[in-house]
Amino acid sequence: MSETLLQRAFYGVLGLVTLAALGWGAATAGPAGVAFALFAALTLGGGVMCIWERSVVRSAFALMATFCGIAGLFILLESDFLAMAQLLIYVGGILVLILFGVMLTPPDLGERSLPRIGLGAAFVGGGTLWIAAKVAASANWATDSAPGEPTGNEAFSTAERVGVGFLDANGYVVAFELAAVVLTVALVAAVYIARRKRADLVAEPESGTMGGSR
Amino acid sequence: MGLGAYVAVSAALFALGIICILVRRNVLYVLMGIEMILNAANINFVAFNRFGDNGLDGRMFAIFTIILAAAEAAVALAIVLNVFHLFNSVKPSEADLLRE
Repeated sequence: MSETLLQRAFYGVLGLVTLAALGWGAATAGPAGVAFALFAALTLGGGVMCIWERSVVRSAFALMATFCGIAGLFILLESDFLAMAQLLIYVGGILVLILFGVMLTPPDLGERSLPRIGLGAAFVGGGTLWIAAKVAASANWATDSAPGEPTGNEAFSTAERVGVGFLDANGYVVAFELAAVVLTVALVAAVYIARRKRADLVAEPESGTMGGSR
Repeated sequence: MGLGAYVAVSAALFALGIICILVRRNVLYVLMGIEMILNAANINFVAFNRFGDNGLDGRMFAIFTIILAAAEAAVALAIVLNVFHLFNSVKPSEADLLRE
Protein backbone atom coordinates (compact mmCIF):
# COMPACT_ATOMS: atom_id res chain seq x y z
CA MET A 1 0.00 0.00 0.00
CA SER A 2 1.44 3.37 -0.93
CA GLU A 3 2.23 5.98 1.69
CA THR A 4 -0.45 8.49 0.66
CA LEU A 5 -3.14 5.81 0.54
CA LEU A 6 -2.10 4.59 3.99
CA GLN A 7 -2.23 8.16 5.30
CA ARG A 8 -5.69 8.72 3.82
CA ALA A 9 -6.99 5.47 5.26
CA PHE A 10 -5.62 6.42 8.69
CA TYR A 11 -7.26 9.84 8.69
CA GLY A 12 -10.49 8.37 7.32
CA VAL A 13 -10.66 5.87 10.18
CA LEU A 14 -9.76 8.61 12.69
CA GLY A 15 -12.56 10.85 11.37
CA LEU A 16 -15.11 8.02 11.42
CA VAL A 17 -14.21 7.09 14.99
CA THR A 18 -14.53 10.75 16.02
CA LEU A 19 -17.97 10.98 14.41
CA ALA A 20 -19.04 7.77 16.12
CA ALA A 21 -17.81 9.13 19.47
CA LEU A 22 -19.75 12.38 18.93
CA GLY A 23 -22.89 10.43 18.10
CA TRP A 24 -22.43 8.22 21.17
CA GLY A 25 -21.97 11.31 23.36
CA ALA A 26 -25.08 12.97 21.95
CA ALA A 27 -27.10 9.80 22.47
CA THR A 28 -26.01 9.23 26.08
CA ALA A 29 -25.82 12.71 27.61
CA GLY A 30 -26.96 15.36 25.12
CA PRO A 31 -24.88 18.54 24.69
CA ALA A 32 -22.61 17.73 27.65
CA GLY A 33 -21.95 14.33 26.09
CA VAL A 34 -21.08 15.96 22.76
CA ALA A 35 -18.61 18.31 24.50
CA PHE A 36 -17.04 15.42 26.39
CA ALA A 37 -16.80 13.28 23.24
CA LEU A 38 -15.25 16.19 21.32
CA PHE A 39 -12.54 16.81 23.90
CA ALA A 40 -11.92 13.11 24.45
CA ALA A 41 -11.60 12.58 20.69
CA LEU A 42 -9.21 15.54 20.47
CA THR A 43 -7.13 14.09 23.31
CA LEU A 44 -6.95 10.50 22.08
CA GLY A 45 -6.86 11.36 18.37
CA GLY A 46 -3.88 13.62 19.00
CA GLY A 47 -2.16 10.83 20.89
CA VAL A 48 -2.78 8.31 18.10
CA MET A 49 -1.57 10.80 15.47
CA CYS A 50 1.55 11.49 17.54
CA ILE A 51 2.45 7.80 17.39
CA TRP A 52 1.48 7.41 13.75
CA GLU A 53 3.06 10.40 12.02
CA ARG A 54 6.32 9.93 10.17
CA SER A 55 7.71 13.40 10.90
CA VAL A 56 8.57 14.52 14.43
CA VAL A 57 7.23 18.03 13.76
CA ARG A 58 3.80 16.67 12.88
CA SER A 59 3.87 14.46 15.96
CA ALA A 60 4.65 17.49 18.12
CA PHE A 61 1.73 19.41 16.63
CA ALA A 62 -0.53 16.38 17.14
CA LEU A 63 0.50 16.53 20.78
CA MET A 64 -0.85 20.10 20.82
CA ALA A 65 -4.32 18.70 20.03
CA THR A 66 -3.91 16.30 22.96
CA PHE A 67 -3.01 19.10 25.37
CA CYS A 68 -5.88 21.33 24.17
CA GLY A 69 -8.33 18.43 24.53
CA ILE A 70 -7.14 17.84 28.09
CA ALA A 71 -7.67 21.53 28.86
CA GLY A 72 -11.24 21.10 27.62
CA LEU A 73 -11.71 18.05 29.83
CA PHE A 74 -10.46 20.12 32.80
CA ILE A 75 -13.09 22.76 32.02
CA LEU A 76 -15.79 20.06 31.93
CA LEU A 77 -14.46 18.92 35.33
CA GLU A 78 -14.94 22.46 36.68
CA SER A 79 -11.23 23.17 37.08
CA ASP A 80 -10.87 26.42 35.19
CA PHE A 81 -7.55 27.35 36.76
CA LEU A 82 -6.03 24.02 35.76
CA ALA A 83 -7.34 24.37 32.21
CA MET A 84 -5.66 27.76 31.94
CA ALA A 85 -2.42 26.44 33.45
CA GLN A 86 -2.56 23.50 31.05
CA LEU A 87 -2.77 25.82 28.04
CA LEU A 88 -0.09 28.18 29.34
CA ILE A 89 2.46 25.61 30.48
CA TYR A 90 1.93 22.67 28.14
CA VAL A 91 0.91 24.32 24.87
CA GLY A 92 2.90 27.49 25.45
CA GLY A 93 5.93 26.07 27.21
CA ILE A 94 6.61 22.36 27.04
CA LEU A 95 5.47 22.00 23.43
CA VAL A 96 7.76 24.86 22.38
CA LEU A 97 10.61 23.13 24.22
CA ILE A 98 9.88 19.90 22.34
CA LEU A 99 9.80 21.81 19.06
CA PHE A 100 13.19 23.31 19.95
CA GLY A 101 14.42 19.78 20.47
CA VAL A 102 12.94 18.72 17.12
CA MET A 103 14.62 21.54 15.27
CA LEU A 104 18.01 21.16 16.96
CA THR A 105 18.28 17.46 16.09
CA PRO A 106 18.25 15.90 12.61
CA PRO A 107 15.02 14.47 11.18
CA ASP A 108 14.88 10.69 11.09
CA LEU A 109 12.12 9.86 8.64
CA GLY A 110 13.01 6.21 8.30
CA GLU A 111 12.48 5.12 11.87
CA ARG A 112 8.72 4.54 11.87
CA SER A 113 8.03 0.85 11.42
CA LEU A 114 4.44 -0.28 11.09
CA PRO A 115 4.95 -3.86 12.39
CA ARG A 116 6.58 -2.42 15.51
CA ILE A 117 3.70 -0.01 16.03
CA GLY A 118 1.21 -2.83 15.52
CA LEU A 119 3.01 -5.12 17.93
CA GLY A 120 3.34 -2.43 20.61
CA ALA A 121 -0.29 -1.40 20.21
CA ALA A 122 -1.45 -5.01 20.46
CA PHE A 123 0.53 -5.77 23.60
CA VAL A 124 -0.01 -2.51 25.51
CA GLY A 125 -3.60 -2.09 24.29
CA GLY A 126 -4.42 -5.68 25.20
CA GLY A 127 -2.89 -5.31 28.64
CA THR A 128 -4.72 -2.06 29.26
CA LEU A 129 -8.03 -3.54 28.13
CA TRP A 130 -7.51 -6.54 30.40
CA ILE A 131 -6.77 -4.32 33.42
CA ALA A 132 -9.70 -2.02 32.53
CA ALA A 133 -12.06 -5.01 32.34
CA LYS A 134 -10.82 -6.23 35.74
CA VAL A 135 -11.29 -2.76 37.25
CA ALA A 136 -14.70 -2.25 35.68
CA ALA A 137 -15.83 -5.62 37.02
CA SER A 138 -14.60 -5.10 40.57
CA ALA A 139 -14.49 -1.35 41.31
CA ASN A 140 -17.38 0.12 43.23
CA TRP A 141 -16.99 3.88 43.23
CA ALA A 142 -19.73 5.30 45.38
CA THR A 143 -20.00 8.43 43.23
CA ASP A 144 -19.98 6.69 39.87
CA SER A 145 -23.74 6.72 39.35
CA ALA A 146 -24.40 10.04 41.08
CA PRO A 147 -21.89 12.74 40.06
CA GLY A 148 -21.12 15.26 42.76
CA GLU A 149 -23.28 18.30 42.23
CA PRO A 150 -21.57 21.70 42.28
CA THR A 151 -22.08 23.23 45.68
CA GLY A 152 -23.41 26.78 45.76
CA ASN A 153 -21.01 29.66 45.17
CA GLU A 154 -18.02 27.36 44.70
CA ALA A 155 -19.55 26.14 41.43
CA PHE A 156 -17.26 26.84 38.51
CA SER A 157 -14.43 28.95 39.83
CA THR A 158 -11.52 27.10 41.33
CA ALA A 159 -9.03 29.88 40.54
CA GLU A 160 -9.74 31.79 43.74
CA ARG A 161 -9.82 28.64 45.86
CA VAL A 162 -6.51 27.50 44.38
CA GLY A 163 -4.90 30.89 45.04
CA VAL A 164 -6.05 30.92 48.66
CA GLY A 165 -4.98 27.29 49.06
CA PHE A 166 -1.49 28.11 47.81
CA LEU A 167 -0.87 30.89 50.33
CA ASP A 168 -2.94 29.75 53.31
CA ALA A 169 -0.71 28.62 56.17
CA ASN A 170 -3.00 25.62 56.67
CA GLY A 171 -3.04 24.93 52.95
CA TYR A 172 -0.27 24.12 50.53
CA VAL A 173 2.26 26.86 51.22
CA VAL A 174 5.12 24.46 52.03
CA ALA A 175 4.57 22.49 48.84
CA PHE A 176 4.32 25.81 46.97
CA GLU A 177 7.71 26.98 48.22
CA LEU A 178 9.20 23.54 47.56
CA ALA A 179 7.92 23.68 43.98
CA ALA A 180 9.54 27.10 43.56
CA VAL A 181 12.89 25.74 44.76
CA VAL A 182 12.60 22.66 42.53
CA LEU A 183 11.82 24.80 39.49
CA THR A 184 14.76 27.13 40.16
CA VAL A 185 17.21 24.27 40.66
CA ALA A 186 15.94 22.38 37.59
CA LEU A 187 16.10 25.39 35.28
CA VAL A 188 19.58 26.44 36.44
CA ALA A 189 20.70 22.84 35.97
CA ALA A 190 19.14 22.74 32.49
CA VAL A 191 21.02 25.88 31.47
CA TYR A 192 24.25 24.45 32.90
CA ILE A 193 23.86 21.13 31.08
CA ALA A 194 22.84 22.66 27.75
CA ARG A 195 25.50 25.37 27.57
CA ARG A 196 28.56 24.79 25.42
CA LYS A 197 31.65 24.05 27.43
CA ARG A 198 34.58 26.44 27.23
CA ALA A 199 36.88 23.65 26.02
CA ASP A 200 34.60 23.10 23.00
CA LEU A 201 34.70 26.77 22.11
CA VAL A 202 38.51 26.89 22.32
CA ALA A 203 38.93 23.65 20.37
CA GLU A 204 36.83 24.84 17.42
CA PRO A 205 38.63 27.06 14.91
CA GLU A 206 37.27 30.56 14.55
CA SER A 207 35.01 30.91 11.54
CA GLY A 208 35.68 33.93 9.40
CA THR A 209 32.06 35.00 9.01
CA MET A 210 31.52 35.28 12.75
CA GLY A 211 33.94 38.24 13.16
CA GLY A 212 33.24 41.25 15.32
CA SER A 213 33.14 41.88 19.01
CA ARG A 214 32.22 39.14 21.44
CA MET B 1 -20.63 12.10 31.92
CA GLY B 2 -19.71 10.03 34.93
CA LEU B 3 -16.41 9.25 36.52
CA GLY B 4 -16.00 6.09 34.46
CA ALA B 5 -15.81 7.97 31.16
CA TYR B 6 -12.98 10.19 32.39
CA VAL B 7 -11.10 7.24 33.84
CA ALA B 8 -11.47 5.42 30.51
CA VAL B 9 -10.04 8.40 28.59
CA SER B 10 -7.20 8.59 31.09
CA ALA B 11 -6.40 4.88 30.74
CA ALA B 12 -6.42 5.14 26.95
CA LEU B 13 -4.09 8.15 27.01
CA PHE B 14 -1.77 6.31 29.41
CA ALA B 15 -1.66 3.33 27.03
CA LEU B 16 -0.94 5.66 24.09
CA GLY B 17 1.95 7.20 26.04
CA ILE B 18 3.45 3.78 26.78
CA ILE B 19 3.07 2.75 23.12
CA CYS B 20 4.70 6.01 22.01
CA ILE B 21 7.69 5.33 24.25
CA LEU B 22 7.99 1.70 23.17
CA VAL B 23 7.58 1.79 19.40
CA ARG B 24 9.40 4.92 18.24
CA ARG B 25 13.19 4.92 18.26
CA ASN B 26 13.77 8.61 18.96
CA VAL B 27 14.39 10.40 22.25
CA LEU B 28 11.85 13.10 21.39
CA TYR B 29 9.09 10.50 21.14
CA VAL B 30 10.08 9.23 24.56
CA LEU B 31 9.63 12.79 25.88
CA MET B 32 6.23 13.11 24.21
CA GLY B 33 5.15 9.74 25.62
CA ILE B 34 6.14 10.84 29.12
CA GLU B 35 4.07 14.01 28.71
CA MET B 36 1.07 11.91 27.66
CA ILE B 37 1.46 9.66 30.71
CA LEU B 38 1.70 12.64 33.08
CA ASN B 39 -1.39 14.16 31.49
CA ALA B 40 -3.30 10.91 31.91
CA ALA B 41 -2.42 10.97 35.60
CA ASN B 42 -3.62 14.59 35.79
CA ILE B 43 -7.00 13.70 34.26
CA ASN B 44 -7.38 11.01 36.91
CA PHE B 45 -6.46 13.37 39.76
CA VAL B 46 -8.92 16.03 38.66
CA ALA B 47 -11.72 13.57 37.83
CA PHE B 48 -11.54 11.78 41.18
CA ASN B 49 -11.32 15.17 42.90
CA ARG B 50 -14.39 16.46 41.07
CA PHE B 51 -16.52 13.35 41.61
CA GLY B 52 -15.23 12.79 45.13
CA ASP B 53 -15.43 15.48 47.76
CA ASN B 54 -14.98 18.31 45.22
CA GLY B 55 -12.26 19.76 47.44
CA LEU B 56 -8.85 20.98 46.36
CA ASP B 57 -6.38 18.15 46.99
CA GLY B 58 -6.51 16.46 43.61
CA ARG B 59 -6.39 19.73 41.70
CA MET B 60 -3.38 20.87 43.74
CA PHE B 61 -1.67 17.58 43.01
CA ALA B 62 -2.33 18.11 39.31
CA ILE B 63 -0.79 21.59 39.51
CA PHE B 64 2.36 20.22 41.12
CA THR B 65 2.50 17.50 38.46
CA ILE B 66 2.41 20.21 35.79
CA ILE B 67 5.20 22.12 37.57
CA LEU B 68 7.37 19.00 37.75
CA ALA B 69 6.60 18.19 34.11
CA ALA B 70 7.85 21.64 33.10
CA ALA B 71 11.08 21.15 35.05
CA GLU B 72 11.47 17.66 33.62
CA ALA B 73 10.97 18.87 30.04
CA ALA B 74 13.63 21.57 30.44
CA VAL B 75 16.22 19.18 31.91
CA ALA B 76 15.33 16.44 29.41
CA LEU B 77 15.78 18.79 26.47
CA ALA B 78 19.20 19.84 27.77
CA ILE B 79 20.16 16.17 28.13
CA VAL B 80 18.89 15.38 24.61
CA LEU B 81 20.97 18.20 23.14
CA ASN B 82 24.05 17.00 25.04
CA VAL B 83 23.51 13.38 24.00
CA PHE B 84 23.14 14.45 20.38
CA HIS B 85 26.33 16.50 20.68
CA LEU B 86 28.24 13.54 22.15
CA PHE B 87 26.88 10.58 20.17
CA ASN B 88 25.63 12.33 17.03
CA SER B 89 22.37 10.40 17.34
CA VAL B 90 18.95 10.83 18.95
CA LYS B 91 18.28 7.11 19.39
CA PRO B 92 18.23 6.07 23.06
CA SER B 93 19.76 2.68 22.19
CA GLU B 94 22.90 4.28 20.81
CA ALA B 95 23.67 6.46 23.84
CA ASP B 96 25.36 3.71 25.85
CA LEU B 97 28.57 5.25 27.18
CA LEU B 98 28.96 7.04 30.49
CA ARG B 99 32.15 8.80 29.43
CA GLU B 100 32.91 11.04 26.48
